[in-house]
Amino acid sequence: MKLSRGTEFLAGVRDELPISLGGIPFGMIYGVLALSADIPPAAAQAMSAIVFAGSSQFIAAQLVASGSPAALIVLTIGVVNLRHALYSASVAPYLKKLAPAWKWLLCYLLTDEAYALSITHYQKGNPNAELNPAFSDWRHWYFLGAGLALWSTWQASTALGIFLGQQVPASWSLDFTLPLTFLALVVPVLRDRSSVAAALSAGLVALLAFSLPYKLGLILAGLMGITVGMWSESR
Amino acid sequence: MSWLWLTMIAAGLLTYAIRLSFIQLFAHMDIPPTVKRALRFVPPAVLSAIVFPELLLPAGRLDLSLGNSRLLAGLLASLVAWRTKNVFLTILVGMAALLLLQGFQGE
Repeated sequence: MKLSRGTEFLAGVRDELPISLGGIPFGMIYGVLALSADIPPAAAQAMSAIVFAGSSQFIAAQLVASGSPAALIVLTIGVVNLRHALYSASVAPYLKKLAPAWKWLLCYLLTDEAYALSITHYQKGNPNAELNPAFSDWRHWYFLGAGLALWSTWQASTALGIFLGQQVPASWSLDFTLPLTFLALVVPVLRDRSSVAAALSAGLVALLAFSLPYKLGLILAGLMGITVGMWSESR
Repeated sequence: MSWLWLTMIAAGLLTYAIRLSFIQLFAHMDIPPTVKRALRFVPPAVLSAIVFPELLLPAGRLDLSLGNSRLLAGLLASLVAWRTKNVFLTILVGMAALLLLQGFQGE
């Protein structure tokens, strides 16, 4: 099967849809939260486009509400989003040959959700290259499709939260699609002892360090998982 | 322009810079072999670090009981993911299981 730019793009959009759906309640809650922090609607909506990182936007809204100084807000958002540096390193080898404009566009879309899908897609290999090594690699179109699908849903659900002010009932548990998607992506990756060791140690540290502020537990867990994985592999 | 807009733009630029960091760095240099080995473990490590607390700390506290419907639904979904490698089916089964369990528990 030959994969064109269009099919790669649409596959990315399609795969991102379930996660985007799960993101809708978060986007709406963010919109409501931003307004209650006295952030004007236009600014609340713009933050979803300018920062485009859910959990850091939640924290920013809370900091604005409590009257925190601007420098503290910027720094906090930076620390919360520090984990994206890991994603950046992880996708970097696959983006190496792309034109700079592609890199600048894709890194804007590098969220948890788009990263998880794109890296899994990249690691599956390039079906085009397997058929014919001279054939082009269009997998960055998959990344673009996944990233744009999430981006659009995030903007729309922020707007819904701002203008409707209502939240999806919690009993629908739509937020559960996010861990389910990550679960669906991580289980097939656990092919050897080292990646199992990486996953278990990272999970354990994430539990122990959960109460750390600014999602630092996540970074700590990620680094621990990588270390344990490498150690297990070298044994 | 108000301080709020300037704050948002600064935060946006910082977030963008973090996301660009290694993509830009590795565009101009070869990735050291040790780093390459390490990068293979980013997906299993980070994805599990996100999933574990969602299943095991549903209300911010460790819950290993049978009453933890997110844990049970997650375990069932893992089984589906392992057998089928199908993301959509995993989400479908996981959500159905969660809603059923919550229904039984009258949440």
